[in-house]
Amino acid sequence: MKTFKKLAFTATALAVAAIGVGCATGPSPAELDREALQVIRGAFRDEGIVKVTRLDQDAANEACSKALGKEPPPEVVKAIEAANLKTIKPPSDGKYLGDWKLGEAIAQSGRGMTWTDDAKTVNGGNCYNCHQISKQEISFGTIGPSLYNYGKLRGVTDPNSPASMPIVEYTWGKLWNARAYNACSQMPRVGHMGILDETQLRHVMALLLDPKSPVNQ
Amino acid sequence: MNKNLIASALLACALPLPLLAQQKSAADGIAEYRAMLADGNPAELFEAKGEALWKQKRGPKNASLEQCDLGQGPGVVKGVFVTLPRYFKDTGRVQDLESRLVSCMEMLQGFNGAEIAKTPFGRGEQNNVTALATWIAAESKGMRFALPQEHAQEKRMYAIGERAFFYRAGAHDFSCASCHGEEGKRIRLQDLPQLTKNPGDGVGFAAWPAYRVSNGQMWSMQLRLNDCFRQQRFPYPGFGSDLTIALSTYMGVNAKGAESVAPAIKR
Repeated sequence: MKTFKKLAFTATALAVAAIGVGCATGPSPAELDREALQVIRGAFRDEGIVKVTRLDQDAANEACSKALGKEPPPEVVKAIEAANLKTIKPPSDGKYLGDWKLGEAIAQSGRGMTWTDDAKTVNGGNCYNCHQISKQEISFGTIGPSLYNYGKLRGVTDPNSPASMPIVEYTWGKLWNARAYNACSQMPRVGHMGILDETQLRHVMALLLDPKSPVNQ
Repeated sequence: MNKNLIASALLACALPLPLLAQQKSAADGIAEYRAMLADGNPAELFEAKGEALWKQKRGPKNASLEQCDLGQGPGVVKGVFVTLPRYFKDTGRVQDLESRLVSCMEMLQGFNGAEIAKTPFGRGEQNNVTALATWIAAESKGMRFALPQEHAQEKRMYAIGERAFFYRAGAHDFSCASCHGEEGKRIRLQDLPQLTKNPGDGVGFAAWPAYRVSNGQMWSMQLRLNDCFRQQRFPYPGFGSDLTIALSTYMGVNAKGAESVAPAIKR
């Protein structure tokens, strides 16, 4: 059906062009989508550790890109969130929190996965690029919300207590795959895409949730 | 729950004041630093080099670029920068300043355009393209952006540029819009222009080429985009590729009416 429509449109377009009418009908949005993809695909080459396969989109990126900064239709949003929720892997040993000091270093680092990094570069979390986190660091970005007092504001006094479990699990999930909760979230899917490993994630968790972390002072 | 709400409301009131003061002073400091630097913008050295290159007989054909048509007729330099990218009949392409300069170097001087496009930024003829672009941009300083959108190819490139701007992919799911889709955002302390609309005079598209103090390099728009893609964790975009020109068309058309300050100076 879709193909038929496309063919029919192309035929009409060709006919218009053939008669040479200066008609205002340009390419259809669908045609432009296709051409844009060709232009994007055709522009890039591999460089260092970054291969052109990075351009491949999953269903979520495809739908969010197509929406051009707006929300995709509600049913698409629902499907993206459901699919991404399924990807969340809880920590293999059930331990959610590591060392907040190491978490701070990971949050500070914006390194890794560019073509000027090598495969041995330890990835950073890029967290401060977009979020306020500890009060001491005044060089923070504002694309994401402030995370200062993240645990405190959510009433986490003992991250190991059963009462804290829902917020601890949610935070792990949000770090693992932000799109489980917000289909077109701008936040990288830190765990799902392998940006940080489980150990690193535990440290970032501690930075946010450990009552001793400067975040919660 | 209620307690938390009250706590967060209190914090929302209590926090921003000292913080705002702190941020303001940091931003002010950066602005002062830039004003200080602008006094002696090293871009002027590149401008002088670019102007000399324009007039110098070079290349296999031993010709100058003085007959180069940048969109307003052969040899016209003043005002062209604020109307690029645009469609060029002789190449059958929408071209930005840099790709157009390479076409002129090919047609008039006999250089190999493909070789120049493959040359890394800051080396050989690529360095000369940057100097030429810097001078030509400077010749439109103070003028307002007015890219043509009459030709079907110009409209097509804008539409493709818009799609490319929102194209999310890679390990971090970034697109251009991740950083430049909203107003008043920052990465660390760096202000980010919103490029989906006119971001104002002398910011975003209206500021490049620019001299970057942090690395002592003159950056053209092609290099600016190249490094954006690097940070986006995307692969390497070809110099003068339709993608980079489509993005420039999108930003340039959106910047309609913005005053060009190029070549600017950046931290």
